Amino acid sequence: MPALVVAAALALTGCATHSEPPASTNPAGSTFPVTVTPAGGKAVTIAAKPTHVVSLSPASTEDLFAIGAGPQVTAVDKLSDYPASAPRTDIDAFKPSVETIAARKPDLVIVYDDTNNVVAGLEQLKVPVLVLKAAASLDDAYGQISLLGQATGHTAEADKLVGDMKSQIADVVAKTPKKSLSYFHELSADGYTVTSKTFDGQVYGLFGLRDIADSAGGAGDYPQLSAEKVIAADPDLIFLADTTCCQQSAATVAARPGWSTLRAVRNGNVVALDDSVASRWGPRVVDLVKAVAAAVQKAS
Amino acid sequence: MAKPTRLAWWHLLVVLAALVVAVVGAVLLGAIDLGWSRVLGEVWAQLTGGRSPLSEQESAILWQLRMPRVVLAGLVGAALACSGATFQGVFRNPLADPYLLGAAAGAGMVVTILVVLTPSATAFLPAAAFVGALGGVALTWGLGRSAGAGTATLLLAGVAVASFLTAVQTFVQQLNTLTLQQVYGWILGGLSTSGWGQVLTVLPYLAVALVVLCSCSGLLDVLALGDEEAASLGVRPGAVRLVVLAAASLATAAAVSASGLIGFVGIVVPHVIRLLFGASYRVVVPLSLAGGAIFLILADIVARTALAPAELPIGVVTAFTGAPFFVLVLRRRQT
Repeated sequence: MPALVVAAALALTGCATHSEPPASTNPAGSTFPVTVTPAGGKAVTIAAKPTHVVSLSPASTEDLFAIGAGPQVTAVDKLSDYPASAPRTDIDAFKPSVETIAARKPDLVIVYDDTNNVVAGLEQLKVPVLVLKAAASLDDAYGQISLLGQATGHTAEADKLVGDMKSQIADVVAKTPKKSLSYFHELSADGYTVTSKTFDGQVYGLFGLRDIADSAGGAGDYPQLSAEKVIAADPDLIFLADTTCCQQSAATVAARPGWSTLRAVRNGNVVALDDSVASRWGPRVVDLVKAVAAAVQKAS
Repeated sequence: MAKPTRLAWWHLLVVLAALVVAVVGAVLLGAIDLGWSRVLGEVWAQLTGGRSPLSEQESAILWQLRMPRVVLAGLVGAALACSGATFQGVFRNPLADPYLLGAAAGAGMVVTILVVLTPSATAFLPAAAFVGALGGVALTWGLGRSAGAGTATLLLAGVAVASFLTAVQTFVQQLNTLTLQQVYGWILGGLSTSGWGQVLTVLPYLAVALVVLCSCSGLLDVLALGDEEAASLGVRPGAVRLVVLAAASLATAAAVSASGLIGFVGIVVPHVIRLLFGASYRVVVPLSLAGGAIFLILADIVARTALAPAELPIGVVTAFTGAPFFVLVLRRRQT
């Protein structure tokens, strides 16, 4: 049974540009009960079209609203700040309390990580929980949108969204000149960054950019590079994904000791990204692609 | 074995030589290998105005990242070890360290509150730590005075204040778990400097405090005889304690503001100095100053290179390397 569902989910993502007839979103719920299986997780059965969805994952919140499931969402965690109409609560996804979530009487809960044993707790209360882990690739992100479409009864909208995202991204990438440029993607001012294997790294990979962290010999996919290493590598582009959390900007980067010698700083190629856009695997990944495209265009 | 009670020229010579070796090593080693001959060429070029073998970026790494960092490590290590030595003298307690009177807990609490309330205000962290450290000590001092005279009361007040402030810090931290990484990183201590600016900021406080501490070291020897003996020799123990603790706290606050909480330096370096060179405070205080600088510069080399290109929190290095070294010295003295 789970294998079948996985196959179905794969087939769905595979032909995502193909529009389903609108009948599948019939509120009568002809598609329910539905069983969905998140990548690397176990099958979850949703008995009827959920009307009290609680999302503790900012990326999933964006997905839900983009596929028209927004009205079914009754509560989101305190970091789910997009779209503005999302019903934000002070639930903390890092240490969620089962009781607080249960008090919202959810019929579907979405988390990106099983912290505080929240999954087991909610299962005891017979609440279906989807664990949608951080997407490792664009395909992962598309798969989660399709899965949320099935889980909330918005299959057609989800397919359309995935199709739109794919064609927009392909379009932007095609229009951007290919040039061998190196980059540093900054997650925090103390030098944490991504390698090309991460979700963000793959977005840069679409443009053929070279990640300076790949050859630096750091540990894991999110290594720390000391300032010495970044300065010695002298990247063409610096992307700041710590503009909101840590108030970094082209000006603060230029003011760091030694950084003013970098060509990215001299040529004005320090790009301030929106932290949330750069760290969520939701529909706004298209905005991230566009921001990177604009930076590549400028630097070429 | 008779131990010298005054600073001898060979003490200074040994310590200065070690300091020079540490500084040279720290400047040559880092996440990036600049090559010792090229570094020497760069220094020569700067002195003579000639052509440097280093690229512009490499030169920036050397002069704007490494040099200020080595100097800051030296200053912070000197401040912590010197304050530790004097704290041990004032309290006549070998376990006293510079954080004993609530400096660390006060700094930790104020830093946490600042980070949680305004995560963007990282530029003000040093100032906040400085204010918090002094505030913690002032609170301890006030509490100790109101509870009665004596160093034991002051110590207990320090324990109470530190526990209370740490509890407040933990509570505030729980309100915003997103900032956990930032606070944790600060608590573990680190010397990723903002360049020469940070060195120049802490230098005046440290200079004043360390000069006071070194010139008071003779009085600490008198104090070691006991309060009555000291009084009969014309020394006012209360006044000496106040001045020394104020200066040591100022030095600690400045160190904490520059580098976060670095443990172990303040407690181990004075003991090592004591075991190697003698127990007189006229020897221990000035040599702890130099010894602390050497120790922290060496520890920072490990912090910068062990996990390169990442950095290890320096507090881990000081404890990991300091403890075994201390045990070694302790054992050698007993045989």
